[in-house]
Amino acid sequence: MIAIVDYGAGNLGSVKRACEAVGAAAEVVSDPAALARAERIIFPGVGHAAAAMQALRDAGLEDALITAFDKGTPILAICLGAQLVLDRSEEGGTAGMEFVWGSARRFQLDDPALPVPHVGWNEVQVTQAHPLLAGLCYGDRLYFSHSYYPATIALRVYATTHYGIEFASAFGHRNLFAAQFHPEKSGPRGLDIIRRFSTWDGTC
Amino acid sequence: MGWHMLTKRVIARLDIKGPHVVKGVRMEGLRQLGKPADFARRYYEQGADELLYLDIVANLYNREPDLEAIDVALAGVFVPVTVGGGVRTLKHIKALLRVGADKVAINTAAVLNPGLLTSAAAEFGASTLVLQLDAKWSELKERYEVYTHGGRERHDIDAIEWVRARSQHVAEVLVTSIDRDGTQSGPDLRIIEQVKTASSASVIAGGGIAHVDQAASAFDAGADAVAIATALHAGKVLLAKGPERIGAEMRTA
Repeated sequence: MIAIVDYGAGNLGSVKRACEAVGAAAEVVSDPAALARAERIIFPGVGHAAAAMQALRDAGLEDALITAFDKGTPILAICLGAQLVLDRSEEGGTAGMEFVWGSARRFQLDDPALPVPHVGWNEVQVTQAHPLLAGLCYGDRLYFSHSYYPATIALRVYATTHYGIEFASAFGHRNLFAAQFHPEKSGPRGLDIIRRFSTWDGTC
Repeated sequence: MGWHMLTKRVIARLDIKGPHVVKGVRMEGLRQLGKPADFARRYYEQGADELLYLDIVANLYNREPDLEAIDVALAGVFVPVTVGGGVRTLKHIKALLRVGADKVAINTAAVLNPGLLTSAAAEFGASTLVLQLDAKWSELKERYEVYTHGGRERHDIDAIEWVRARSQHVAEVLVTSIDRDGTQSGPDLRIIEQVKTASSASVIAGGGIAHVDQAASAFDAGADAVAIATALHAGKVLLAKGPERIGAEMRTA
């Protein structure tokens, strides 16, 4: 069973639906005990980083996620979720969960052709093989919607994307895979990532 | 272009009234066309980059978003969906995100309750929000004016100034030219240019686009995406998946 973490904000309906579409049982959970039991965890999120971290702490979910990460539960973090696994975020100056070195930084782009938030279908270039990205082909585009981007060390980066700058669109560490794009909203290519996650054992 | 790799998007727009997809001309004379789930699934499978699902009478009848209908309609769609119509509170936005919406469009409430966008952006993030501008040219005042309630209510508000003041709280501005809506006579390039200049967010342009060349002209005028309804429903424009991506490629039938 995949547990989808509910901490108040997020397109939870879309994530659950994508899991069902690939034949994976999924449940939206807000109870830390349910995360402890989960075989796999999806940590989604759209929203504000500082508010989201506060909501996670208040609900006891931060500790539950840290425990799950430490014991090897495969975790898929999406969008804001991916930013919160870093050390910190510039959005509201909040500390993150520190699963991966790095921070979420705001796009500083002085180009009217590059509005912020970055919204739309953009190329995801694999830079380091990862089982969840094995179905991705050169030039494939996935869906993004964000104002902050993950900045981390090259060793942890699985794929990059260009929007004014080059940023880590997929990264992770051990049993954590973090995606700045939305696999649940990226058509068949995105569903393929969810499908691979639904059987992923957490090793790279 | 340089580093900028983002593609322009083609968005299929569904106007909803009760259990039906409907479409009118200049937002009037709505005709029933079929079931939302059928249309949503078809455009997803054809390769639409996104969908717009807009209940265009919810505010007119003072109705809340119909969550059950939205859940059914979007079940087979795995590209982003923006849902609008009757969104008046933070509770509505939260409920819509739970039921399968990825972004929420706000039109009437953004006029009547300007604080809603600010508090919604703080709670859900700007990338969840779409400012929906239904605008019409006023010959008298020589400016575009804001309309609400599915084009029925005129407000004494300069549409471009409104965009300038509000766009910082949203990911996108959906601008629909009421004068061109449903006419298939091509987009109003002037309003697209003006909205693009005023907006810090991406711009989705709609109203009158019925041909690939017309979409291209909207992109040239500054649109980041185009919204198409009538021409898609009538089969005048077809969507096709590109060879290496799901992204829509338009062609004229």
